[in-house]
Amino acid sequence: MHCPCKRAALAAALLAILVSGCGASDDRPRLIVSAASSLTEAFSAYGEGLPEDVRFSFGGSDELAAQIRQGATPDVFASASTSYPEELAADGLVGEPVVFAANQLVLIVAPGEQTTTLGDLLLRRDVDLVIGAAGVPVGDYTREVIDRLGPQTAANVLANVRSEESDVKGVVGKVAQGAADAGFVYATDAAAAGDAVKTIRLPPNLEPRVAYSAAVVEGAVDPARAQAFIDGLLEGPGADELADAGFLPAPAAGSAGGG
Amino acid sequence: MAGLRLRWFPLVLTGALVLALAFLTVPIAAIFFEAGPRQLIDSLGNEQALDALRLSLLTSSIALALILLIGTPAAYLLATRRFRGRNLVITLIELPLVVPPAVVGIGLLAALGPGGLLGGALGDLGIELVFQTAGVVVALTFVASPFYLRQAQSAFEAIDPSWLGASRTLGASEARTFLRVAIPAAMGGLLSGTALAWGRALGEFGATIVFAGSFQGITQTAPLAILELFSSDFDAALALAAVLVAVSAALLATVKLFAPRTDPRAGETITVA
Repeated sequence: MHCPCKRAALAAALLAILVSGCGASDDRPRLIVSAASSLTEAFSAYGEGLPEDVRFSFGGSDELAAQIRQGATPDVFASASTSYPEELAADGLVGEPVVFAANQLVLIVAPGEQTTTLGDLLLRRDVDLVIGAAGVPVGDYTREVIDRLGPQTAANVLANVRSEESDVKGVVGKVAQGAADAGFVYATDAAAAGDAVKTIRLPPNLEPRVAYSAAVVEGAVDPARAQAFIDGLLEGPGADELADAGFLPAPAAGSAGGG
Repeated sequence: MAGLRLRWFPLVLTGALVLALAFLTVPIAAIFFEAGPRQLIDSLGNEQALDALRLSLLTSSIALALILLIGTPAAYLLATRRFRGRNLVITLIELPLVVPPAVVGIGLLAALGPGGLLGGALGDLGIELVFQTAGVVVALTFVASPFYLRQAQSAFEAIDPSWLGASRTLGASEARTFLRVAIPAAMGGLLSGTALAWGRALGEFGATIVFAGSFQGITQTAPLAILELFSSDFDAALALAAVLVAVSAALLATVKLFAPRTDPRAGETITVA
């Protein structure tokens, strides 16, 4: 039979965890930011320094865009591609998008992996490769790179794909855990993973143009505050955190002034 | 009629039930309301959705077979024996019920992944689980088995011990008693445990994506395909969701339909009638 005291002890322990996790309620104005997974480290650091109570929802940009289409209203949407904010803006769901950063796509391998050149990895047949799913920006950039290898090599590489992850952190996790041998991720995610992975840079002729853009979502509680968050990404603490995390400045074609 | 006198407590009970029913059924009903018949039919031509459904049915069936084969005798032991550490064993078996599925996936990687505790030994045997359909089966089996074990244990506990005693007195071995007396007597509970475990296996998401990954036809089960379709093709995601709900409901209904009535009051009704 079940012992009621055990149940009570378990309940008390759970409650203690929940209460300690919640902390005191916060009276600061709240800002909800839906952002691409690859922005996790930089945005979290930026958010901590802001006067607002910033809440993040990190995920695949495509998934976050789909949530906005289904009626979710975060205050800010920051995507790892320029296409999703543009599409949402065209449908009147977000304001004018601003390109705020660039990134590079790299190949990461597990630390124990002997192969360290791109060519070797692409020619081998026994490599477990993990990439982003189609539609997720990192997945689309990866397919761009693979397409540039020519049809024969591209077919070989795609035959090695074992899993298509819904965001870039899924790819990093699989490689860092040693579940997969290699994966295509952003340079910033590779840097954030530290010693858990080894990074192989792509030759310039293969590199896709990776640009991030953000927009204020229609229906934001306080659009001015949301805009201030985006402005800080171009110049100020947000831009500093992005640079620290290894992001590159927005391409010159962006809407940022001063050039 | 006595019911003419208004009593507040039955009203509270009714209110609570109506609230619970609405809360639990409206989101499910909304899937069918949003996914029109045309989308449903279109989704039958969507190869990704079909592959995912096929894979979900295959992996959950294998997982259920494993759970029934191992779980039934294990639950019988827990129900019929008293031993030191029994409560601890029961608690450990129930732990997966409250552990988040993504944590299960990480645990499976740490135990059975290529670099995990047992990964090397499995590799020597030529067994690969990560990124393989077999890995999906492992994840489903892990998350679904506690649902069956719990139900099976209480079903066996509910059997009048004198039945089992009588069988033994009549000379039947314990194995024969287990197969011929205990399992038939506990059938209703075993079937409802099967339904719950099957439903949980069909809905599994977190452990699968972390441990086995997501690849069409190999490891992408229906819930994983729904996430991917959610951002690229919302109609297809809705349609696949509707099919998954229908399949799950059909499974549940089938098992409930064939469950013999073990409720004593059901027997009473029959005698009165």
